[in-house]
Amino acid sequence: MRDHLVKLLGTLGYVFQYGCVVHCTFEYVGDFVLCSGPSMEPTIASDDILFTEHVSVLTQSMKRGDIVIAKCPTNPKQQICKRIAALPGEKIKTGFASYEFVPLGHVWLEGDNSSNSTDSRSYGPVPIGLIRSKAVCKIWPPKHVTMLSGT
Amino acid sequence: MKIPNFFKNLIFGVPIGITIVDSVGYVARVDGISMQPALNPDKNTTDYVFLNRLAVRSYEVQRGDIVSLVSPKDPTQKIIKRVVGVQGDLVKTLGYRELVVKVPDGHFWIEGDHTGHSMDSNNFGPVSLGLLTAKASCIVWPPSRWQIIQNFLPTNRVPLNIKPIIRVF
Repeated sequence: MRDHLVKLLGTLGYVFQYGCVVHCTFEYVGDFVLCSGPSMEPTIASDDILFTEHVSVLTQSMKRGDIVIAKCPTNPKQQICKRIAALPGEKIKTGFASYEFVPLGHVWLEGDNSSNSTDSRSYGPVPIGLIRSKAVCKIWPPKHVTMLSGT
Repeated sequence: MKIPNFFKNLIFGVPIGITIVDSVGYVARVDGISMQPALNPDKNTTDYVFLNRLAVRSYEVQRGDIVSLVSPKDPTQKIIKRVVGVQGDLVKTLGYRELVVKVPDGHFWIEGDHTGHSMDSNNFGPVSLGLLTAKASCIVWPPSRWQIIQNFLPTNRVPLNIKPIIRVF
């Protein structure tokens, strides 16, 4: 009986250790994201799976054109996948003849499918602190495995 | 045989530490005067607070809580402020470009207790809830300041929509 208990505790310890390693990998190195919705078509279709990395977010080295995963500014439990259209201090066209400057510490996110995307055009610039990771490549469906690089 | 064992402990020990810091909480030093008198009551004391991350897992905050969040102006910086309004509240501002602000969905209104000496929502407007990182639950150092941080909101900062309206005719 005691042997079983010791064995059980040992197993739980291992599960805890490996769980922590997995948490750190997904939180600081990279993870997989399932995208849904039409806002990034034709680059990313609904139900594609992306591999995303957290390193360039942690080192603050994001560029214009990168596809990023961020927390939705209007609902923190939801995540959005958009392309960085402008970095802090840059000018962005918001209307026919109106321009807006992206404030410090914010980026301007837009979906590739501009006719069907809720993005910075509706909720304004997004704080960089909300960005979680940068998309590296599409890994599912297997027919469409591609690297996603900035345009 | 000793060195591999040390590395094995390191490979598991570091992730365990990081995971606990990420999911339970950690102790942090409070810098600056923006939260006087609740934190750092005079310039000679530096408070250390326990930042509870379990409490904000579901992004639920109450008015009057002291929370830490990523600064919307500089993502490398963390700021500590008091929650004044949650989503849907009508907040009377102090020096913002509008006199009364309705806090949008998924946002909250934060202010430092030291009015006028604090970079807060009166400066940059309502803040997205996604920037929230933790709730300050107690002061752990120095020993003379040991206490649990109480939920408190000055009566003159209570949002207009929950304030009992007294009309004098």
